[in-house]
Parts: sequence; structure tokens; C-alpha cells
Amino acid sequence: MDLAVVWFILIAVLWTGYLVLEGFDFGVAMLLPFVAKDDNGRRVALNTIGPVWDGNEVWLLTAGGATFAAFPEWYATLFSGFYLPLLLILVALIVRAVAIEYRGKIDDASWRRRWDWAIIASAWIPSILWGVAFANIIRGVPIDATSTYTGNFFTLLNPFALLGGVTTLALFLSHGAIFLALKTGGEIRVKAEGLAKRLSLGAVVVAGVWAVWAQVAYSVTWTWAAVGVAAIALAGAWWFSLKGRFGRAFIASAVAIVAAVVLIFGSLYPDVMPSTTDAAFSLTVANASSTHYTLTVMTWVAGFLTPVVLAYQAWTYWVFRRRLSVSDIPAHSEPTFAKA
Amino acid sequence: MDVLELARWQFGITTVYHFILVPLTIGLSILVAIMQTAWVRTGKDSWLRLTKFYGKLLMINFALGVATGIVQEFQFGMNWSEYSRYVGDIFGAPLAMEALAAFFLESTFLGLWIFGWDRLSKRVHLATVWLFAIGTNLSAYFIIAANSWMQHPVGAVYNPKTGRAEMKDIGAVLSNPTALTAFPHVISTAFLVSGTVVAGIAAAWLVAKHHEIGAAKPTKAQTADRTLYRTALRFGAVVMLIAGIGVIITGDLQAKMMFKQQPMKMAAAEALCQTETGAQFSLLTIGDLSNSCADVTHVLTIPKLTSFLATGDWNSTVTGVEAIQAADVAKYGKGDYSPNLAVTYWSFRLMIGLGAFSAALAIAALWLSRRGAFPHQRWFKRLALIAIPTPYLAASIGWIFTEMGRQPWIVAPNPTGVDEIFLLTQSGVSSAVSAGEVLTSMIVFTLIYAVLGVFWYRLMVRYARLGAPEVEPPNKKDPGDGPLSFAY
Repeated sequence: MDLAVVWFILIAVLWTGYLVLEGFDFGVAMLLPFVAKDDNGRRVALNTIGPVWDGNEVWLLTAGGATFAAFPEWYATLFSGFYLPLLLILVALIVRAVAIEYRGKIDDASWRRRWDWAIIASAWIPSILWGVAFANIIRGVPIDATSTYTGNFFTLLNPFALLGGVTTLALFLSHGAIFLALKTGGEIRVKAEGLAKRLSLGAVVVAGVWAVWAQVAYSVTWTWAAVGVAAIALAGAWWFSLKGRFGRAFIASAVAIVAAVVLIFGSLYPDVMPSTTDAAFSLTVANASSTHYTLTVMTWVAGFLTPVVLAYQAWTYWVFRRRLSVSDIPAHSEPTFAKA
Repeated sequence: MDVLELARWQFGITTVYHFILVPLTIGLSILVAIMQTAWVRTGKDSWLRLTKFYGKLLMINFALGVATGIVQEFQFGMNWSEYSRYVGDIFGAPLAMEALAAFFLESTFLGLWIFGWDRLSKRVHLATVWLFAIGTNLSAYFIIAANSWMQHPVGAVYNPKTGRAEMKDIGAVLSNPTALTAFPHVISTAFLVSGTVVAGIAAAWLVAKHHEIGAAKPTKAQTADRTLYRTALRFGAVVMLIAGIGVIITGDLQAKMMFKQQPMKMAAAEALCQTETGAQFSLLTIGDLSNSCADVTHVLTIPKLTSFLATGDWNSTVTGVEAIQAADVAKYGKGDYSPNLAVTYWSFRLMIGLGAFSAALAIAALWLSRRGAFPHQRWFKRLALIAIPTPYLAASIGWIFTEMGRQPWIVAPNPTGVDEIFLLTQSGVSSAVSAGEVLTSMIVFTLIYAVLGVFWYRLMVRYARLGAPEVEPPNKKDPGDGPLSFAY
């Protein structure tokens, strides 16, 4: 197979890793106000992702770096074109990383409450914007003969893209609720289970509509298979949630996100960024990629390192496999304002 | 200001800010791993307390370092898309390798380390902190290899058909001599910063403990505390000394190499306008450095030192700014190929001066704590606290020197190899982006960084003032039982 195609698939894999893993991180954070009333409850929810969220986010950095290395033109056009939405995402990710780490560093209710709001807001923003971005990539944006994006911020706010944003939002909310139902005990588990049942139904409806729209308007025949798998998986996530089988519901929910990425990348191929100005200006797998030599080097590197990363990340999930409840959370040992 | 100027300011602000956090993470991760190793080996509570004490500071620092690092991965595409197109075939590779080999390692194993105290066996837990520390250092290598390629492009050719640089030899890119000297320089600087932080905080605590005890007989806990901070002080001071020597040796190697690879940068660093044999080293220069060579007047100089620093020969000839400028015009066409002289000249001197200052603390610390003594002098505490920011400043200014000194190039031509790959900074900026957009993002990042920086500083100070925590006896039950030992 052509190495550029291999890298197109690899980048899809990296995005899959990011969306599946950070998807529940975002979901958990977005649901904080709904699953927990007090600080201990919020800490239980937050610490289900505590040891892993940072490693999950690296999938995004790797997707970014890999796009730069394998498809420099794509990297350049996409990130300079989607400037303001990307800025918002970056701001959210910056604030989020600091908020999660700093919230417990001072034992003071108002300090924690403020950081909690930062954690919640910085999960809602990217959850919506990633969908907006991907929907726009599928739909195509104005790109001129020099591979330069010629639209503006409002070009990106079209109905298809906005529904795409609601779709990733619905998927992550459902994914996060199912994850919480799987990873917590006690009162929070009860709340998370209730939310999972309702949110997984919401995901079926919203994502279903968007997927069919994407398929009919922008895709090729074979991706109907992805739409089908996504539909079955989403329905499965809902069904297993209703039955209280959250392990299976989580797998189904993850499969649905995988199918969504397959639909997105399948509909793009052989383009990586279609131009609405003129199809001749579209960035394609062939014309946006690096040279054969660079792709060969990167294939060796990725082929060797990706399994290693998967192995130690999987081990992390194994180490922290236990459910968390309020009794697992240690008292704040951090300094209070008075002490410091 | 236009897109170019704004994009340059934004890159400068976000990168200098990011690099305030990076050296401490690089160095302290290893130092904390050494402390934890000492605890596992000796079983002494004091090492565990030091591990937890400095480990907490490391976490506070790492969080903001990671957060501000995210921008770096995307900023090239956002503001410098034409640069990204030109160099992506080469420059993207070390960035992707950095993410795959280093970012995953450090982030995943940091999570295991923080949350794994009672979940993993002692030895496995020790391995997690080492893997985290190796990850941070590995990431430094890849990003320096990428940066070194911009200073001295190797392993690549220019493809006139596509107008892009293309990679021919990844081995050459990763073993770029520029990277092989820059990496140890940056790493020794990181250890200088980290050793200063460890020793500086310990020094302040030792003096405070002395005054707390006063004339009374110290309690058992006070004696334990004093012994522990003395250990930290000497440990930090030894690290500073070794790192300081490393900084000097690698800095000298780098300067000699730079005279060959980037003669314009070094000529500007010396404000050496005319070519000189037995060139003098200037300590003080007056005149309007920023505009032209005509106004430069050296008022305090050491004869022949620049020639010696450049080649090791007191009487060698060093080419001046004007001669290099003339040669560049002949080669690359009309234009100004010299960097801002004032910035380059003064940043070079400040970097060296500030670096030398922090060595004073190391020597004072080792002297005052000799033969089991506990330092107690108030001036020593003051010196320690003043010394902490100096290597930070030296490191930031060093980067400002090397990046500003590369201008007007974003990829500087390679005079010692294949001289066909080069790009002016003004040609690298994004064409799809408006000045308003860049201004918006610059303001947003600056404000957010400022606010987060205040929180970072307050937490660092707060936890430093809290002192080394008491430690619980280790959890005797099976790993995996009982509450988490740490939770957000």
C-alpha cells in the first residue's frame, strides 16, 4: 500500500485514540455538576480520570505532530484556516490542564469551586468545537490555488457543522456518563447510571441524524457500513445502559466513536481537505503528504512505538481499574489559606 | 503592527513563558527520582520526605509546563503555515517522534507516579518516576534537534519543483552537531535551575529553623528537619556545581561551533563590526547598536579574547558584521542580513553574567555547610532567595539570544554544508491569517498565561513555605486496598 495512505489511516487511528479516551474525560468533566452535589462527590468523579487524563490528551498532540510530519500541507492549511476555533480549543485545554491539577492544591471551598467551573467549561468548549471542525473538514471549506483557506470564522458556523458539534457533545456526554457508571460506587454511581440511560438515547438520535446527513451529502457508498456500525453500537450502548450492563455499554459507545472516525476519514478519502472553491484546489492524500523517505522513517518509528504506548497505557487502566467511591478519597492534606 | 510582527511577538511570548517552566521539570524530575531511589535503597524517612516535598513542587510546575506546551504543537500551523509547508517534510518528524516517544511516556507515568504510591510495589513505583523523568529529558532532545535544524539545516535538500525542503537523512537530522552541543547546554542549564531551586529552598529553611530553635535545645523533630534540609542543600549545591561546569564547557563548544555555522550571530553577539585579527572581547559598548555599525563604540574591552573564544587561537581572524553582510547580499540578494545588534549583544552578556552569579550560591552553600555545620546566616538566606530566579533568567535570555540572533532567517543558511535551504522569517508567516486574528490570540494567550502564572507562583511559594511533609508509615496492606494516597 502507498505509504501516504498508511499515514492517512494512522492519523485516523490517532484521532480515534484521542476521541475515545478524551471523550470520556470530557464527558466526566461536563457532568460534574449533575453527578455530584458536594466536593467529595466531585472529587470521586474527577479522580476516575485522575491518573489517565493527561496521557489521554497526548493522543491529540501526537495526531497534531503526525499530521505535521506526514501531511505538512494539511497541517498548515487546517490550523491557519481554522484559526479562531482552534484558539478556543487551545485555551480550553490550557485552562483545563491547570485546573485539574490545581483545584485540590489549596483547601478552600471557593478556590475549588472556581477551578471546578473552569474544569467544566473547558470540557464543554472542545466537546462542541471538535465536532464543528470535523464536520467542516468533511463538508469542505474555501481553499484557493495556493492551499490557503479563504473563508473566515463565520464560514465555519454552518448548520451541518453546528449539528456536528452537537453530535460530538452528545457522544462525549453519553460516553462519560457510561464511564462514570462503570468506575464509581455509591450515590454517584446511581446518578451516573440514570444519566447514562438518558444521555445514550440522546446520542443515538443526534449522532444518527448527523451521520446520515454526512453520509448522504458528502460520502461514498462503502461508508454506509460505518454508519450502520455506529447506529448498532449507539443503540447497543443505550440498550446495555438500560440493562445495567455498563461494561458492554462502554465498549459499544467506544465502537460508535470508532465508527464515526471511519465515516469521517472514509468520506474524506482521497482528499484530506476538500476545497469548495474548486475541486482542483483540494488537498489530497497524494498532494499534501511528505516525501516517501520521510513517510518511511515515520512508519518505522510509529510501527515500533505505538504498540509500546498502547501496552503501557492499557497497563495504567489495569492498575487503576477499581471503582472509586467517597470512602476512597483521602481528606485534603493540602494547606489551607490560614496555614500558609 | 502587521501579521509578521504580531506572530513573532506571540511566538516569543508563548515560548519564553513555556521555557520558564521547562528547565525545572527536566532537571527536578531526575533529582526527585534520585531522591526516591535513595529512599528505596536506604529506607530513610528523610529521603521520602524530600521526595514528596520536591515532588509536589514538580507537579505544580509540570502542570503549567504541559498546558503551555500544547500551544507549541499547533502554533507552527496557525501562525507559521508557510514555514510549515516549507520545512514540514523534515521539521515535523522530530515533533511527531517527541509526542510518540516522550510525551506519552512522561504523561502516562506521571499519572502512575502520582496516584500509584499505594497501588504499586515500591520498585515498580520507583520505575514510574524514572520513566517520567526519562520522558521529559527525551522530549528535550527531539525539540532541540528540531530547533537545531532551523539554526543549521542538515540531512535535507531543496526541491526546486515543489519549492520545499526535503529530508534525505534522518540520522543526520537527529545527530546534527548543532543539536549535539545545544542539548547538553540546555540540559546542564536545566540542572543548574533545578539544583538552585532545591538548594535555595533548603537554605531558606535551614536559616529559618536556626532562628526557630534559638538558644533552646532542638527537639527531635527540629533536628530531623535540620538534617534533612542540610542534605537537600548539599545535594542541590553539588548538582549546581556540576551543572555549572557543564554549562560553561558546552557553552564554549557551542560558541566555537556557532562562529563557523552562524558567523553573523556571533559577530553580532560581540558587536564586532569590522573584521579583526586578534579580535577584542567587549565588556561594554555604547552607541545606537540597533541601527548600524557606524555608531558602535567599545569602551571596555579585553584584547584578543573574542578570537580565542571563537577558535582557541588568540591571533585568529574573526569576520565582522559588515563583511558578512556584504557577502550575504552577494549570495541572497539585497536585504539586511544582520540581527538586532543591541538584543544580541546584551542578551549574550546577560546570559553569561547571570549564569555565573548562581554559582556563587553553590560555593557559599558548600562552604557554610562543611563538616556537618548548619548554615544560619541571614545573608545566606537572602542570597539563596535572590539566586533562585537568576538561572531562570539566564536560560530565557539564552534562548532570546539564539533565536533573535538567527534573524532575519527562520531557517538560517548552512555555510558549512549544502547551502541551499534557507527561509526568511517574513516568508514563513501564515497567509490565511489576519493581523486581527493574531492580535486576538496574542492578547488571549498573554492574559491567560499571566493569570495562570500568578497561581503557579503562589502555589510554588505556598508549598515551599509549607516545608517537607511528615510521612505516614507505608501502607502494609496489599497494594490496591484502602483509600487513594493522593486525589485531586
